Amino acid sequence: MQAKKRYLFLLSAGACLVLLFYFGGVQLPASGRNRHDRSHNGYRPDQPWPHFSDPLQQFLPWDQLDTEEYNIHISPRQKRDVNTSVYKGKRCRMDSCFDFSACKKNDFKVYVYPQQKGEKISESYQNILSTIEGSRFYTTDPGQACLFILSLDTLDRDSLSPQYVHNLKTKVQNLHLWNNGRNHLIFNLYSGTWPDYTEDLGFDIGQAMLAKASISTENFRPNFDVSIPLFSKEHPRTGGDRGYLKYNSIPPFRKYMLVFKGKRYLTGIGSDTRNALYHVHNQEDVVLLTTCKHGKDWQKHKDARCDKDNAEYDKYDYREMLHNSTFCLVPRGRRLGSFRFLEALQAACVPVMLSNGWELPFSEIINWNTAAVIGDERLLLQIPSTVRSIHQDKILALRQQTQFLWEAYFSSMEKIVLTTLEIIQDRVLQQESRSTLMWNSHPGGLFALPQYSAHLGDFPFYYATLGEAPPPPPPPQSTTQSNIIVLWNCDKPLPAKHRWPATSVPVIVIEGENKVMSSRFLPYETIVTDAVLSLDEDTVLSTTEVDFAFTVWQSFPERLVGYPARSHFWDSNKERWGYTSKWTNDYSMVLTGAAIYHRYYHFLYTNFLPASLKGMVDQLANCEDILMNFLVSAVTKLPPIKVTQKKQYKETMMGQSSRASRWADPDHFAQRQTCMNKFASWFGGMPLVHSQMRLDPVLFKDQVSILRKKYRDIERL
Amino acid sequence: QQCVNGPGAIMCASGKYSSRGPALIPRMKTKHRIYYITLFSVVLLGLIATGMFQFWPHSIESTADWGLDRRSVHDAPLIRLPVANPIPERGDLSCRMHTCFDVYRCGYNPKNRIKVYIYPLQRFVDEVGVPISSTGLSREYNDLLSAISDSEFYTDDVTRACLFVPSIDVLNQNSLRIRETAQALAMLPRWDKGMNHLLFNMLPGGPPDYNTALDVPRDRALLAGGGFSTWTYRQGYDVSIPVYSPLSADVELPERQPGPRRYFILSSQTAIHREYRAELERLKEENGEALLLLDKCSNLSQGVASARKRCYKGQVFDYPQILQESSFCVVLRGARLGQATLSDVLQAGCVPVILADSYILPFSEVLDWKRASVVIPEEKLPEMYTILKSIPHRQVEEMQRQARWFWDAYFSSMKAIGMTTLQIINDRIYPYAARTYEQWNNPPLVKWSSVNSPLFLPLIPPRSPGFTAVVLTYDRIESLFRVITEISKVPSLAKLLVVWNNQNKSPPEDSLWPKIAAPLKVVRTKENKLSNRFFPYDEIETEAVLAIDDDIIMLTSDELQFGYEVWREFPDRLVGYPGRLHLWDHEMGKWKYESEWTNEVSMVLTGAAFYHKYFNYLYTYKMPGDIKNWVDAHMNCEDIAMNFLVANITGKAPIKVTPRKKFKCPECTAIDGLSLDQTHMVERSECINKFASVFGTMPLKVVEHRADPVLYKDDFPEKLKSFPNIGSL
Repeated sequence: MQAKKRYLFLLSAGACLVLLFYFGGVQLPASGRNRHDRSHNGYRPDQPWPHFSDPLQQFLPWDQLDTEEYNIHISPRQKRDVNTSVYKGKRCRMDSCFDFSACKKNDFKVYVYPQQKGEKISESYQNILSTIEGSRFYTTDPGQACLFILSLDTLDRDSLSPQYVHNLKTKVQNLHLWNNGRNHLIFNLYSGTWPDYTEDLGFDIGQAMLAKASISTENFRPNFDVSIPLFSKEHPRTGGDRGYLKYNSIPPFRKYMLVFKGKRYLTGIGSDTRNALYHVHNQEDVVLLTTCKHGKDWQKHKDARCDKDNAEYDKYDYREMLHNSTFCLVPRGRRLGSFRFLEALQAACVPVMLSNGWELPFSEIINWNTAAVIGDERLLLQIPSTVRSIHQDKILALRQQTQFLWEAYFSSMEKIVLTTLEIIQDRVLQQESRSTLMWNSHPGGLFALPQYSAHLGDFPFYYATLGEAPPPPPPPQSTTQSNIIVLWNCDKPLPAKHRWPATSVPVIVIEGENKVMSSRFLPYETIVTDAVLSLDEDTVLSTTEVDFAFTVWQSFPERLVGYPARSHFWDSNKERWGYTSKWTNDYSMVLTGAAIYHRYYHFLYTNFLPASLKGMVDQLANCEDILMNFLVSAVTKLPPIKVTQKKQYKETMMGQSSRASRWADPDHFAQRQTCMNKFASWFGGMPLVHSQMRLDPVLFKDQVSILRKKYRDIERL
Repeated sequence: QQCVNGPGAIMCASGKYSSRGPALIPRMKTKHRIYYITLFSVVLLGLIATGMFQFWPHSIESTADWGLDRRSVHDAPLIRLPVANPIPERGDLSCRMHTCFDVYRCGYNPKNRIKVYIYPLQRFVDEVGVPISSTGLSREYNDLLSAISDSEFYTDDVTRACLFVPSIDVLNQNSLRIRETAQALAMLPRWDKGMNHLLFNMLPGGPPDYNTALDVPRDRALLAGGGFSTWTYRQGYDVSIPVYSPLSADVELPERQPGPRRYFILSSQTAIHREYRAELERLKEENGEALLLLDKCSNLSQGVASARKRCYKGQVFDYPQILQESSFCVVLRGARLGQATLSDVLQAGCVPVILADSYILPFSEVLDWKRASVVIPEEKLPEMYTILKSIPHRQVEEMQRQARWFWDAYFSSMKAIGMTTLQIINDRIYPYAARTYEQWNNPPLVKWSSVNSPLFLPLIPPRSPGFTAVVLTYDRIESLFRVITEISKVPSLAKLLVVWNNQNKSPPEDSLWPKIAAPLKVVRTKENKLSNRFFPYDEIETEAVLAIDDDIIMLTSDELQFGYEVWREFPDRLVGYPGRLHLWDHEMGKWKYESEWTNEVSMVLTGAAFYHKYFNYLYTYKMPGDIKNWVDAHMNCEDIAMNFLVANITGKAPIKVTPRKKFKCPECTAIDGLSLDQTHMVERSECINKFASVFGTMPLKVVEHRADPVLYKDDFPEKLKSFPNIGSL
C-alpha cells in the first residue's frame, strides 16, 4: 500500500474526528471518561447503580396475588405422600423418611434391640447402648418406640479394622423391625478405609438416620442426620473430666498463639493441608508440627521434608503446647474430624478449624462461631493474621464457651448420646423444642427441658440474657407466697376443714397418691409463683427469716437458698464420699426442709432424674434433699446459699422435734452416706461444691440500734 | 438489524462499536488498510449521526437537563441473545461455600467486609427482539440494587469484587422466559460458571408443580430464594429470604403493645387449598369467635383495592389492619411455600402460625424462629387450636414483640432484605467476625437491657494463685508501711504492688520498706491521677486484685483472707468491705449518695475491695463517655465509677463482706472521716447523677445481704472457726 494514500486516509480520518468533537455529539466509549458526558443520557455503565426513577412495575402484580391456581391442584395430602416416595436415600428428610405417627404425643421413647448371642460389640458401642438403656427415653416395648437403635456394632466401618462387623447387610435385613431403616438411628465413628476413606458404611442404611462422626456437608442430610464428635475408646462413659480452664487470666494470651502437632500422611488422602503447615510454622508463637512417622513402612514413602519435620516434631511436648496455647489448629486428617477437636475444646484452647466441608458436631444446635474459629483450608496462609486480629474480649468469650460446650455436650459418652437423642426429640415434638439460646447458653440443652415451658422467662437461667428482672420484689409484709400447698403424705385421714387455720392466702391440700418422698418435688400445677418455699411439717421459721431468704433468692434465682447446711467430704480411708451434719466452716448442701428455690427444679427433679434414684429415695424415705442438692449443683456448677437463721430453728433441726427419732437414728445417717455415693456414681462425679460463706442481713449483729435494722427478728433469740 | 429511533439509537450504535473494536486492535499491524477504512467510515457515520442529531427535534440540548435524577431504564443498552448461546448448567445441589465459591476473590480484609459488584443494566431480547422478561426491571429489584449500591458492601471495581449481582431481575419466575434468562446470565462478562454470583428470587417455580427453587439454570450461582424447601435449599450456600409484601410500602401499621387481642386465630389468606379451608372452617365451628376466617371479597374488582380488603360472610375488613386484631395469624402454604402474607403478619405484630411442611423459613440461618413463630406440621392443622392454647401468655407477648422486630429489621423493605442477605454471606466468609446470635435476634430494647457478662462461665477459681494487692499511695509512708505489714499476713497474698502516685517525691529506699514474704513491687506513675489505681499493670499476674488505700489499717488478715474466699465464689463481682447505697431523692428528683447505716447495699468502696483484673482493663480502656477524665479532674468518685462499670456489664450487685467497722485511723482522714463531710457527700451524689446520665440508665443493683463466714457469731468454739478474727473493732 502506498504511503501517500495511507497518510491521506489518516488525515481525513483525523479531520472527521475533530469535526465530530466539535459538534460534541457522539461519545465513543473510549473517549467518554468525562463524567458529564456520560451522564448525558442518564446511563453510566461501571458507575453505581443509577437508582432508576421510571415508574417500574411491581415484581408481583396485585392481580397475581391470589391467582395461583392452587385449588385445581392435587390435594396437599397427596402431595405430601408423593414427597415420601420421591425423597429417599441421600435426600431423606424428617418429612419424607421418618414416621412421626410412631411417636405418640409428648412421648419420645427409644427401643434398643436385644443383643444377639455371639455378636461382638465394642466397648464404646456397649457404652452407647447402656447409656440409652439407663436414660429416661428407654423402652423395652418396640410398640411404644419412636426410635430404634441397633444392637449391631456400627461404630467402626473401616473394613481393615479389627472391630469391623462382617455381613452387616444381611444381619440388618433380617431384623424383623428394620422396616427399611425407618425411625432407626445408626451410630458411626469411622467409615471407609485406606486410601480414600469414603463415607460409605458398607451396608444399605435405607431410611435410617445417621449419627456419624466426620460427616461431610455433601453427605449430611440437614435436620435428619446428626453430626457427632469423634471420641476415643477411653472417653468416659458418664460424668467425664471438667474443662481445664481454671481462671480467666487477663490479658488472655498464652505462651503460644497457635499450635498443632500431628501426623502427616505420605500416602492416601487427607494431608494436603498438613503438608503445607510448615509454611506457617514460625518456631515462636505459631508452632505447627508434623511427623511422617506413621505405619510401618513410612520410610519408603518419605519425602524431602520428613527428616526436618520429624526433628522439629520431637522438640515439643503435645500436652505442654495444648495447655499453653491460645488457639489450637484442628486440620482434617484421614477423615474430616479428628481427635484434636475434643482435646482442644477441653483444654480451653480455641479450636481453629481447617477442615472444609466438615459438618461440625451437633451443628444443628451449636453455634460454633462462639467457641471456635472456622477457617478455610484454602486460606491457610492467612490463618496467623486472622487469629491475631481477634480481639482480647472475643478470645475471653471463645475460651469460656469452649468450656461450657465441653461440659454440656461432650465430656462423656453419655452426654454425646443424650444430646443426639434430645436433638431428635426436639425435631419430633416440635412445639416443645429448645431455642438456639437454650442450647448455647448455660446450663445447656440437657438441663433445660423445653417441656417445662415455651417461655424462656419461666426458667431461672435466662433473666440476664433476656434483659428481664428476676421475679418481682415482694409486697410489704410476709405475703410473698400466693399459695400454701400442703402435701398430705400420711395414711391418716385429712383433718376436718374447720380445724385448719384461717389464712389470708389460699391453702391447697394435696393428698399424695403414693405417699412417697419424691412427691414433695412433683411439679404441681398449683405452684404458680417462680419461687417455692419448701418446708417440713415441723419447721419453725419466722416471717423475717423467710422474707430475708426470699430477697436473697431474687439475687440467685438459679440456686437453692436454705437455712441448715450440710457438707460432704472425701473419705480417703474408705475411698468414698462422706456426709457430715457437723457444724463446719463450709457447706455444700442446704436442707430442703426449709429452702427457697425456683419451681423449675420440681420439674427437673421429676422429669430429669432416673427412676432408679427417685425409687431409692422413695424406698428409704430419705435423701430427697441430698438428691435435690446434687441436681441443682450439677446444673449450676455452684454451691447452694445458706442464709442466717435463728438459733432456735437450728435446735429443732438438730433433733428435738417430732422427727427426732428419724434424725437421731444411726441408720438414717448411714443411709444418707450411701445415697451420696449412689448419686455420685449416677452423676458420674461429685457435683456438689463447697462454700465458705453465709449471707446475713447487711446490719446483722452490727452495733447499731436494733430499730435501724430491717430484719431485727433474726437476731432476737 | 435496525436500531430504534430516538436517544436509544445512538447507544445502540456505540454499543456495537465497542463490542467490535477490541477485536480489531490486535489485527491492526497486519491489516492496516481494513483498519483505516473502518475507522474512517465509522467516524464518517458518527459525523452523519451527529449531524442528524443537530436537527432532530429531541436534540442534545434537551437531554442535557435530564440530570442525575431522571435516569431511565430505557437508556440501558439492548442486548440481543443469539438462539445458539450456551445455557448454564442447572445448578449443582451439592454446592457449598468451599466447593462452588471462590474465596480468593474476597481475600483477607481488615474490615471483614465483602465487596459486591452490580452489573450495569442491560435489556436482553431474543433474536426477534422479544424481551426475556415481561416486567423487565421491577420496582423492587431496582430498590434492592439501589440499596446495595448505597451500602458499604458496594464496589464499582469489578476486579476487586467478591460477589457479583446481575442486574437481570429474576424475582418472579412467572415473568421470565427461562431459557433466555439463563442465556443472558451466561453472557455476563464475569459469569465464569456462576462462581460468586448471587441471584435474588422470591417467587420460584411455576404451574403445575411449582418447584421450590428458581428454575432458571444458573451453574454455581448462589441463590437468595423465597420459598425453598429442605430438598432444594443448599444449607450454608443458599440464603432463604422472605417474599416481599408490596403492601408494606403502602400501609403503615404502627407498632402495637403486645398482649391479648380480639381474635385468637386469624386466617387472612385468599388462595388456600379447599381441603385446608374446609379444615379451618371445621376449627371455626368448634371454637367460634376465637377464630376469624377471612376470604377475598366477591364484589370487589381485582387490583389494589381487593388486595386490601378481606371479607367474612359479607362483612368487610381492612387488610392488613385486621391482622393487628389477632394474637395468632395463620400462614398456610399455597402453591408455593413462601407466602407474602408472612411479612404482613409480622408487620402487624401477630404471631405467625406457619403450616408449610419442609419450608425453610426466611433467614433461618441466623434468626431463631422458635422465639417469633409457631411451626405446625400441615397434618396437625386440626390440632392447631389446642397447640396454640397451650402456649403461655407471656410467651405469646414475647413472640408478638419478636415478630414485629423481625419485620422491622429484616422484612420491612427490599433494602432490609438485601442487606440481611449480604450480611449472612459476609458472616460465612469471615466467620470469626460474624454477627452474634444476640445481635441478630434481640430487639433493641432487649439489647439495651440485657447483659452478657464477660466472665459468664460459672467458675470458682482455685485458691492457689492468690491475689495481688494494689496499694495506691501518695506520701503517707508510715501508714503505707503499716498497711503493707498487715496485708503481708494474709495467706493468699501473691504479690504487693505499690502505685506511687507522687511525682515530686521518690519512694523510700529499698532498705526502709517492711520485709515481707510476698514480692513487693513499686510502680511510679507519670501523673497523680486516681485512675492509676485501676490500670491493668503487667505486674498483676493473678486474676484477683485487692485494691486498698494506704490508710486502711483496720482490716484483719482473717477479714482479708475471707474477702478473697468470697471473691472466688463471685469472681465477676466487686467484693468489698464498706458498703454504700444510692437512693432516689423524690424531693430533688435526682440520685443521692448514702453512707449511713442502711439495710441495703448497692456499692462497695474500692478503698478495700477484691475484683477481677478484667475490670481494670475495662476501666482503663472501655469506660463510657468522659467519666475517666471527670474522675481524674475531680480527684473523687473513682470507686463509684468502678461500681457503675461492673454493675452495668454484669447486671449484678456487689458483695459486701463482714460487719461494718469504723474505717478511721487516728492520724489520717480516712474514707469515713471524709464521708462525714457535707461537701464530700454532695460531690459523691453529683457523681452518681453524672454517671447515671452517661450510662443512660442506673445500672446499680440494690441488695440486702452481706457475706459472713458460715460460723460467724455462732455459738461455737472460736478456735475451730476458719475466720475467728472478724468484725473486731
